[in-house]
Amino acid sequence: MNEPTTKPAPAVGASQWSDAWRRLRKNRAALVSAAVLVALAVVSVVQPMLSALPYDRADLALGPTPPSAAHWLGTDLYGRDLLSRLCFGGRVSLAVGLVSTGLSFVIGTSWGGIAGYFGGRVDQLMMRVVDVLYTFPLIIFVILVLAFFAHQDTVFYEAFVAVYGLVNERARDPGYLPLYRLFFVFFALGSVSWLTMARIVRGQVISLREQPFIEAARSIGVGHLGIVFGHLVPNALGPIIVYTALTIPEVMLVEAFLSFLGLGTEEPLSSWGLLVAGGAETLDIYPWLIAFPGLVLSLTLVSFNFLGDGLRDALDPRVRRDS
Amino acid sequence: MSVLEIRELVTEFRTDDGVVRAVDGVSLSIARGEVLGLVGESGSGKSVTSLSILRLLPEPAARIAGGSILLRSKSGGELDLARATKAELARVRGDRVAMVFQDPMTSLNPYLRIGTQLAEVLELHRGMARPEAWERSRAMLEAVGIPDPGRRLNDHPHQLSGGMRQRVMIAMALLCEPELLLADEPTTALDVTIQAQILELVDAQRQRTGAAVLLVTHDLGVVARVADRVAVMYAGRIVEEGPTEAIFAEPFHPYTVGLARSVPRLDTPRGRRLEPIRGMPPRNLGPRRGCSFRARCDFALEVCAELDPERRAVGAEGSRHLVRCHSDDVAKMRATLPGVARRLEVLP
Repeated sequence: MNEPTTKPAPAVGASQWSDAWRRLRKNRAALVSAAVLVALAVVSVVQPMLSALPYDRADLALGPTPPSAAHWLGTDLYGRDLLSRLCFGGRVSLAVGLVSTGLSFVIGTSWGGIAGYFGGRVDQLMMRVVDVLYTFPLIIFVILVLAFFAHQDTVFYEAFVAVYGLVNERARDPGYLPLYRLFFVFFALGSVSWLTMARIVRGQVISLREQPFIEAARSIGVGHLGIVFGHLVPNALGPIIVYTALTIPEVMLVEAFLSFLGLGTEEPLSSWGLLVAGGAETLDIYPWLIAFPGLVLSLTLVSFNFLGDGLRDALDPRVRRDS
Repeated sequence: MSVLEIRELVTEFRTDDGVVRAVDGVSLSIARGEVLGLVGESGSGKSVTSLSILRLLPEPAARIAGGSILLRSKSGGELDLARATKAELARVRGDRVAMVFQDPMTSLNPYLRIGTQLAEVLELHRGMARPEAWERSRAMLEAVGIPDPGRRLNDHPHQLSGGMRQRVMIAMALLCEPELLLADEPTTALDVTIQAQILELVDAQRQRTGAAVLLVTHDLGVVARVADRVAVMYAGRIVEEGPTEAIFAEPFHPYTVGLARSVPRLDTPRGRRLEPIRGMPPRNLGPRRGCSFRARCDFALEVCAELDPERRAVGAEGSRHLVRCHSDDVAKMRATLPGVARRLEVLP
């Protein structure tokens, strides 16, 4: 058949988002990264449900063993299955990344949006708060949060027991304290990573708020909050999404760093950072204990960075290439 | 009965050089179904007047320093917009008073669908749910002559041409059937054929709903075509106001004469240069002394430097033709107009 094949007509009047999606699809590195991240997330969520080897079941008689048919990635010093620990750690690490970044998204967008929109003294005050928090050392802040709130005498602990008690009747067991403390790691990381987000959103909002369409929105009677969240933030969503994608690996890295120092996730829970920290101690005798967690952590960080770069290119209309 | 009555409105801007009175004692009223053309050069205060009505001024740099802006409802209630609370303003904006802006390319939110932006008006003022608001928006797009309105609701602004976007802006302004429509240079950013269509559209909607229209423009041709009455603004004041024919055919103010003289016309002989009004408009800093047009006026008298001219009635009985000028040598002024300019129909 030699019929001339007509190319499908380019999507006439595609919206900004479908346009961005079209450009993202052409970015192979970003697509592969997204696939890797989805795969890692799915395995992390599913494996602990299926595996016969819980992440915290120790077998001291077995001790550390290299990868084998029974333990695909080997076992750690206490004979715990490394694959199970890696997957459970993936849940924690990804959750830290997503929850903390989500928190930073909500706080940063609201804070920056309101400061930028109202301007003047409100802006001055709100941004000086950001400046002060910027100067505050992150580690000290996290230590303070954990020291002040992450013990059993707080209302937060009662709330945790009440909520977690719904699914586990032994919620008050001290063995679950690390899980409780994990929430404060989420909170502490989220509450320090919104600062840059607030600055980015504020800058965007300031450049947008004098636009005629904002005046037009005021002229139909939209209120202040409606303008900030209904009209200004959606316009700034491109940079916000990109920065969010780049914040996730950053937060995960800080979590790994905190765990490495013994401040973040605690045994018997696991996270990728904690596994790397543990593996580093026995680097020369049991190399698989650091090789696998290190590989997965690096892969995730690289993927998020590639995906963030891809999103930035796809959402930036200035680099809009045709065809 | 006037829908809008502005009395002695004063709007001030704080600048580095001091307080500028952008609007300095403007009084005007618009009746139901009437189109009032507000003309003047850049910086004359015409846009600030229209922004003052809806209190869309860039506060706190700008503020209404005096006067009142009365909005009258059909039932006779009065609301002074100059003193209205934020909540009262939010209820009036987009509902009883709507605005069409100059540049349709930038007056629609580029990230939101057309339908979302139209429906927002109805959700805000009529408490409608999305599907109902969407359907009403579709009907309104159809009414302003947009083909395939159902599909257009799902489009983003960049998918529409400039003329279509201005139709969308007008549709948005008309959704709640406002009593007063403020159109600030609604056709300036459009090409000439689209201009005519948009003006016809505004006029048709005025006839249908009986809305009063304040048409702010520097285009005398637009005013001649659609306005019932014209107010000429200069340096924050209305220097002449009257029926459209009277303003163009029998002007009483040297500035109005100068404007008419500076418009290019089809019967202008080839090669003849247009006659600009010499000089620059003043900035309205500090107190007013004498007539602010006198430095540019060919008919200035000694009294012009001393006394600010009061408003006085001129022209035919009952025509509500008002002028602020000391000179009554109108014959000499009008003699400077090109011969046929006294007839309205030759204006563009």
